[in-house]
Amino acid sequence: MTPDNTTYRPAALTANRTMLWLAGILSAVMMAPVAWLIGLSIKNNQELMLGTESVFRMPYTIANYLNILHSSQVFGWLVNSFIVACGQTLGVLVLSSLAGYAFARLHFPFRRTLFIIVLFGLAVPEQAVIIARHQMFNWFGLHNSYLGLMLPGMSSAFGVFLMTQFFRAIPKEIDEAALLDNASQFRIFWKIMLPLTLPAQATLGIFTFLHGWNDYWWPLISATKKEMFTLTVGIASSQTNFAQSEGLGFLAAQAVFASLPVLIVYLVFQRHIVTAVSGGAVK
Amino acid sequence: MAESYRRNQWSHGLFILPYLAFFTVLLVFPLIWGMWLSLHKVDLFGPGRFVGLANYVRVFGDSVFLQALRNTLVFVAFSVPALVALGLFLALALNRTTRSTSFLRGLFFSSSVLSVTIVTLIWRFVFIPGDGLLPVIFEQLGMAPLNFLSTSGWSLFAVGVATVWWCLGLPMMLFLAALQQIPVDLYEAAALDNASPWRVLTRITLPSIARTIMLVTIIQIVMQFQLFGQAQLMTNGGPNGSSRPLVMYIYEVGFVRWDLGKGAAASQVLFLIILIAAMAQYVVSTRKTEAGE
Repeated sequence: MTPDNTTYRPAALTANRTMLWLAGILSAVMMAPVAWLIGLSIKNNQELMLGTESVFRMPYTIANYLNILHSSQVFGWLVNSFIVACGQTLGVLVLSSLAGYAFARLHFPFRRTLFIIVLFGLAVPEQAVIIARHQMFNWFGLHNSYLGLMLPGMSSAFGVFLMTQFFRAIPKEIDEAALLDNASQFRIFWKIMLPLTLPAQATLGIFTFLHGWNDYWWPLISATKKEMFTLTVGIASSQTNFAQSEGLGFLAAQAVFASLPVLIVYLVFQRHIVTAVSGGAVK
Repeated sequence: MAESYRRNQWSHGLFILPYLAFFTVLLVFPLIWGMWLSLHKVDLFGPGRFVGLANYVRVFGDSVFLQALRNTLVFVAFSVPALVALGLFLALALNRTTRSTSFLRGLFFSSSVLSVTIVTLIWRFVFIPGDGLLPVIFEQLGMAPLNFLSTSGWSLFAVGVATVWWCLGLPMMLFLAALQQIPVDLYEAAALDNASPWRVLTRITLPSIARTIMLVTIIQIVMQFQLFGQAQLMTNGGPNGSSRPLVMYIYEVGFVRWDLGKGAAASQVLFLIILIAAMAQYVVSTRKTEAGE
């Protein structure tokens, strides 16, 4: 990983250092909009109305954040997002673990065919099935319900694909030994295999949670009642009338507040998220 | 011995049954149902009337659709190379394990975990005329401020900037993973030959990750073809539809005008495009395992 350590090569060192500096500058450019957002969020709304360059001047205030606490709407949306993302995560973990285990380690008729069909599911974009799906959910009265918001995410083939890979990585000897003890297939899965995949469960779980939390497309179409909005749709609905809104500072504070949960999850579980994202895409 | 394990057993299929039920009901059926809808004249009220390919004819005769298709192609054509080039550059720059590189890696990936709503809000605060970060900077520099979000030609570009900012983390991480796979002895040999950094890059590094570059490009094409939220929230497709992408067209036809048959037909066009790209991805990635084993 450190090719420049093998011999002392000034040219390579200079090149590396220059690239690192450029990356540093790029990161500053990348963070500028975020700094601007945070700046706006701690300014008085009346002062911002006169001109947003006042962000660079004192005084600052946390009034916008305190106002969020009085806005019950945001908390309702936060709760909705949490319920939907958790339900989806639980569903995906159960379904993908069972299916991934079978695809990776069991033999049953049409296994290969079924796996290829499921893989094919990865190529179906959400947007291409949206009109039929919306109609179906209409038939069953599932719009504007938690179940209706959760269900589509559970059909994602990505989790099955990821769990199949994880189960494949477990050495064969482990379950063969258990079979000698005459354990049932489900017992082997439940008592031996599942505990071995706990890190994988965490990876897939966090990834699914983030995905469900951030989804905008399906809740936008399925949740039409304001009290069933998730945070993404809710924040979007309150920013459409930008000019006549409660004030730029308040909107900015709302954005900072809404991004805190995912940023905390990211900081704590960074490695899991990166594994899920890169493992799923390349392998 | 482990014979029962090896043998094909129907009962083993029970493990995949729950997922298969979800898969069939929520993905396979809507896919087929969508194709059926695309051949019918359907609205919210009555049941459909079979019209053959009329919906497709209507879609391809619709100048709004053609404009959306062109916008999407333009968007993919400039956002994907930008994402691949920037991602590759960052991966090359940060492919060492020091405190500063891992901090920067974490930073560049962090935007990817935000929702599209937050991302567009951040970028609207940058572009919004008069009050945005860019207009304020332009003003300080004494230049005439440009209204990016409502100027034809610039609006799609602004959407692209926000998209690259949002999606940059994934290509970087994929390239980093590929760079770690390059055998160190290749670099050692190059060091003995006193090869210049540029030669090392073009003769060793890039050829070694050529397949990943291809794969990342395809993944990004698939993702960027599905552009929706950024355009809807930042420009609402405007001005004059100059930043309306394909998915937004589907959304508007299907859920604003409730012309379900026409919307379903437009969805099939999107599906076909994504399917071709996904097939290419499959071919490239299976070729990789063949070469690796």
